[in-house]
Amino acid sequence: MADRPQPIARTLALGGAPAALLVALTLGTLVAVLARARGFSAIGPADLAAIRFTLWQASLSALLSALLAIPAARALARRRFPGRALLIALLGAPFILPVIVAVIGLLAIFGRAGVLNQGIVALGLPPVSIYGLNGVVLAHVFFNLPLAIRLLLQAWLAIPAERFRLAASLGMGPAEVARFLERPMLRETLPGVFVAVFLICLTSFAVALTLGGGPRATTVELAIYQAFRFDFDLGRAALLASVQVALCIVASAMVLRLAAPSALGAGLDRSVARWDAAGGWLRAQDAIVLGLAAMFLIAPLAAVAIRGLPALAGLPAPVWHAAGRSLAVACGSAMLTIGIALPLVLAIARARPGLARLLETLAMLPLATSALVLGTGLFLILRPLADPATLALPITACTNAVLALPFALRILLPAARTVEADFGRLADSLGMAGWTRLRLITLPRLARPLRFAGGLAAALSMGDLGVIALFADPDGATLPLQLYRLMAAYRMEDAAGAALLLLVLSFTLFWLIDKGGRPDAPT
Amino acid sequence: MKQSLMLAGFLATTAACAAVAQEKPVLTIYTYDSFVSDWGPGPAIKTAFESDCACEVRFVSAGDGAALLARLLIEGADSPADVVLGLDTNLTADAAASGLVAPHGQTPDLDLPVAWTDPLFVPYDWGYFAFVYDRSKTGSVPADFEALAASELKIVIEDPRSSTPGLGLLLWVKEAYGDRAADIWAGLADNIVTVTPGWSEAYGLFLNGEADAVLSYTTSPAYHLIAEGDDTKAAMPFDEGHYLQVEVAGKLANTDQPELADRFMAFVTSDAFQQVIPETNWMYPARTPEAGLPEGFGTLVTPQKALLLAPEDARSIREKALAEWQTALSQ
Repeated sequence: MADRPQPIARTLALGGAPAALLVALTLGTLVAVLARARGFSAIGPADLAAIRFTLWQASLSALLSALLAIPAARALARRRFPGRALLIALLGAPFILPVIVAVIGLLAIFGRAGVLNQGIVALGLPPVSIYGLNGVVLAHVFFNLPLAIRLLLQAWLAIPAERFRLAASLGMGPAEVARFLERPMLRETLPGVFVAVFLICLTSFAVALTLGGGPRATTVELAIYQAFRFDFDLGRAALLASVQVALCIVASAMVLRLAAPSALGAGLDRSVARWDAAGGWLRAQDAIVLGLAAMFLIAPLAAVAIRGLPALAGLPAPVWHAAGRSLAVACGSAMLTIGIALPLVLAIARARPGLARLLETLAMLPLATSALVLGTGLFLILRPLADPATLALPITACTNAVLALPFALRILLPAARTVEADFGRLADSLGMAGWTRLRLITLPRLARPLRFAGGLAAALSMGDLGVIALFADPDGATLPLQLYRLMAAYRMEDAAGAALLLLVLSFTLFWLIDKGGRPDAPT
Repeated sequence: MKQSLMLAGFLATTAACAAVAQEKPVLTIYTYDSFVSDWGPGPAIKTAFESDCACEVRFVSAGDGAALLARLLIEGADSPADVVLGLDTNLTADAAASGLVAPHGQTPDLDLPVAWTDPLFVPYDWGYFAFVYDRSKTGSVPADFEALAASELKIVIEDPRSSTPGLGLLLWVKEAYGDRAADIWAGLADNIVTVTPGWSEAYGLFLNGEADAVLSYTTSPAYHLIAEGDDTKAAMPFDEGHYLQVEVAGKLANTDQPELADRFMAFVTSDAFQQVIPETNWMYPARTPEAGLPEGFGTLVTPQKALLLAPEDARSIREKALAEWQTALSQ
């Protein structure tokens, strides 16, 4: 947070356009659906049950993801070992997979016929079923734990090296380091991580349905599907979507109020050395934590890879064409994300606290936006202007960019605030502004999170089925859509090959952008 | 500069292509996504119809049958669609009530297990819903829903709220058991491993060994037999009969190509269309082509009794059946 908040006009000049695009794609599409429906219609008891279940599973998933991420991120922050960079990169993979691929990978390990149950049955014990609330939460933790770890790791690495140096010279042990350095950082970061995961799980549809075991596990998003497709009741769909948005705003506002800024002060960008974490027991503890986390996250991916390998080389040509289209969309989406996120983040970092919180809450809206409502609203808005099918790919890139924005914001904001707090006064006193300030001060310090945000946006876009399913013309399928088409044509082996291709491409793209192609780049 | 030249060139080319295309009338057909995929019937049917219509067929795809209907209802009278292809009889009542579909005026010879008199829709394919299982893993199979509920078999089904096969199963149980449908569902609750958003997820889970059987079609084993040479998959014949899915095409009342649309509606039941269906959509053609069905279809289970609710009944019973289903499976 800046010491000298800027006038509102200047905040809006910087962040106004990105915020307007955000609002248009989230609230605007909702209003378009509502206008077509000519008003809300009532929701029933089944919808209320869906809201209750949605809140419950999202809270559990977010709590578990955030708590489990702490030891893993701490271990990654204070250890250096061969393969660490690769491990960190691999941890990002579950997050970017299309849902059905990840679910099939998870089931290969935890399902009725999975590795785990085969082992349990071999021991003469009854098999365990993951279908139900536990399965839904397991899958959501699988998807979101990596994100939580990465967000916390960024924050951990943003604690200035001087603080650890000072702590060491004062003879602080791990407990004191945790109390004086790590806890303040967690207090600032953890609520944001929690709310991000909570909101992702709020709109869960396919995961909750597939692993939920039946209508007990009905989420709000499924109720929206029902309203659209079973009852053809746009008014109820719009009302349920508004409930999602309201939940998002309340949750974000509450949590952002909780998140207190840490008061660690400025550092000199030195590399961090951790004298406090040299003990043998701590080493063993970190090794165990990382081993478990890696196994949990990587085993299902390995299953996806093993299933897909036989069909990979022989994939039919339309799959490769779709892969090319997906790569183009992903790169466009990544650039758009950065183009929108950077001005917005700088505006928030320099804005008055109230306005900053408002913008920050707005930027979380895409997470709580129903994909179905967004797609339908966009369709209603664009239809009078142009043929939606001819715009399918640009629309997909643009929507994906906005959907990636909340993540980009969580990644960039802490670093942007630190830059403002540490260098803002100096830059102001030197009269540095505009491009010079961006080039000399902001960009060098934001380079790491910017690359991470860009990589994540690209990979997310790569794996997203989202609006393309509503807009695609038959010859313009993206890779995830092509994967679904293979499945719909019984070609499950080719679909497994396409899933592996998607995994490899998303991951490579993420790696190239995040690391700039340098394997030794700092993480 | 160079880029803007390239862009100008690109735009000019696109405009030129559009101009050439414009000389031919365009028939816009709304259908579901798997119909137009490279592995679906769409490409072959487009080629066949274009070969002597002096027109261009333009497919527009929208998810599945229910998404297709939602799209038509949203667009209303100014929809650019000339023909809608891919609704089933559980959805046609809503389409008919919207007044968007015009009478087809056809009297085709059909090979359906039920009589067909619908003035608005012409069927193009059909199939029996059935539970498909693996013969190499499951020995004896139940002969009706009650036996299935009493068995230890684990099944995957689709959600009626997001999938047309799921809706078909809901109406199957309702049509076969009437007021006892809720009891049947309560009995099935412990057999159901999970309920998936769509057919693809359910079938994928079944093939990966997550369940002993999956709600699909009696024709599904034909894919494994013909495309993979695998004869282990089979459908369970049920004594109470099997619910039908009949997929239909209709002409939009507000089409700007009425003659082409009529021509296409007649083409739907012709050999050129029908012979594509069995090995792309893996359903029975609505009229058996001259050359007969592909080898392999002869080995399939043929149910003794076909169940099908009239579209109006399907529409009126749907909500109550869903409420029963939801209550029974939420216990």
